[in-house]
Amino acid sequence: MMRQGIDGIFNDYPILPGFSSGGRLERVLRSGRFAVTSELNPPDSADPEDTFNRALVLSSVCDAINATDASGANCHMSSIGICALLTRAGYSPVLQISCRDRNRIAIQGDVLGAAAMGVHNILCLTGDGVQTGDQPGAKPVFDLDSVSLLQIIRSMRDEGKFNSGRKITSPPNIFLGAAANPFAPPYDWRPLRLAKKIDAGAQFVQTQYCYDIPMLERYMTVVRDLGLDKKCFIIVGVGPMASARTASWIRNNVPGVHIPDQVIDRLKGAENQKAEGKQICIELIQQIRQIPGIHGVHVMAYRQEEYVTEIIADSGVLKNRIIDQLAAARFNALETQTTRYKSA
Amino acid sequence: MYSLRKWSTRHARAMDLTYRVTANLFHVFDPLWKRMIASRLEKPFTACESWAKGVLFDCQMCGQCVLSVTGMTCPTNCPKSLRNGPCGGVRANGHCEVKPELRCVWVEAWSGARSMKKTALFQIPLPAREYDLEGRSAWLGLAAANIAGRDADNTNDVPS
Repeated sequence: MMRQGIDGIFNDYPILPGFSSGGRLERVLRSGRFAVTSELNPPDSADPEDTFNRALVLSSVCDAINATDASGANCHMSSIGICALLTRAGYSPVLQISCRDRNRIAIQGDVLGAAAMGVHNILCLTGDGVQTGDQPGAKPVFDLDSVSLLQIIRSMRDEGKFNSGRKITSPPNIFLGAAANPFAPPYDWRPLRLAKKIDAGAQFVQTQYCYDIPMLERYMTVVRDLGLDKKCFIIVGVGPMASARTASWIRNNVPGVHIPDQVIDRLKGAENQKAEGKQICIELIQQIRQIPGIHGVHVMAYRQEEYVTEIIADSGVLKNRIIDQLAAARFNALETQTTRYKSA
Repeated sequence: MYSLRKWSTRHARAMDLTYRVTANLFHVFDPLWKRMIASRLEKPFTACESWAKGVLFDCQMCGQCVLSVTGMTCPTNCPKSLRNGPCGGVRANGHCEVKPELRCVWVEAWSGARSMKKTALFQIPLPAREYDLEGRSAWLGLAAANIAGRDADNTNDVPS
């Protein structure tokens, strides 16, 4: 088996009894630590360095990096391509699979391919409609939905079978995730949707952007009453808004994002809107940390990846946990390189 | 058509009662179904089913009807073809992410399921839709499955 370089240092652990994968995210969550994940904005480029550079700034504070699958139906480097690069470099990615662009035949093949490359985490998504993206004339596939996708991958892992029943000789060891949106109607059904996803195989969920703590608290109360926080790790999505204008745009154009007026007003009133956006994000993380039943945060900093490290450091959620010393060292080395390059 | 579909969801409970009564009487007609399946009658029967369910539910003839668990709202009308409840993109006013003028099929379905008092069924994860059944009769499909199931039971009962 080919193994070289630093591959295996961060990413591969023996699978413990009762664990599904040999990945870091599952270990961190199951050990009761507060997990931090983030997403990598995929480049519009065929240069692997573009992916590596973005991963490097995130990896010093993240337990796993989500490789998004054409989010918002905009075309970028594929999630499977990003995962191929990240696993090769020893990072721990979360492969996002959306049902919008591929059918069950393609997806099941990708799951095996991803597992073979060392991907330990998969996030099952339905996907945004094609109308939100840059190519609204595309044919929407939606052969599966997030729930049936979870069921299929779970049976690939646990029963060693494709959806057809055909046998898989070496099943994929995958820690299975799904998305949750506590901030969209029908509000009373949202906790039950989480229950349905758990029944279908979800072991962790990452939520949509949270800007409304009272709403999240109401959701979590029902989730705890149903005992769902004991069956599934809940990672809440957060992110800094660059300005009041961006926030309004996102609220109106990105499906399922709920931003209360007071957040936008606070941004509007700030002298430095970017810094205020960061501050709001830090405060949200600290408030989320206090809610029982929440196991981590997922920082989505669209085009602001360089802030993720600061946001996590300032929020204090990692306490003294050092996530990735080697990555931090590499990051510093790269900074020096870039500076040298710029000054040359 | 749309108003009739909404009427069906509003009266999901009565629809459900009708469904359950019919479902219980369904096996009485097994000999009839047996003769109909794979015969010349299958086509006209499917056309009748398509018309009736089309009027009441805007049925799209997916061939694997789940109306009884989805609050008498046909999920095949969901622009994202979801089978397991609303996506995260539902607008604050309860309308569809893809077609803003359309009320979310699943928001309707959930209110139907609640009025049917069948929320437990709504919670069962449904498997992926089989697209090769599209256009086929769901009722005859169900009858065939029932007959096959009963035949299997009868064979098992025979002492060896």
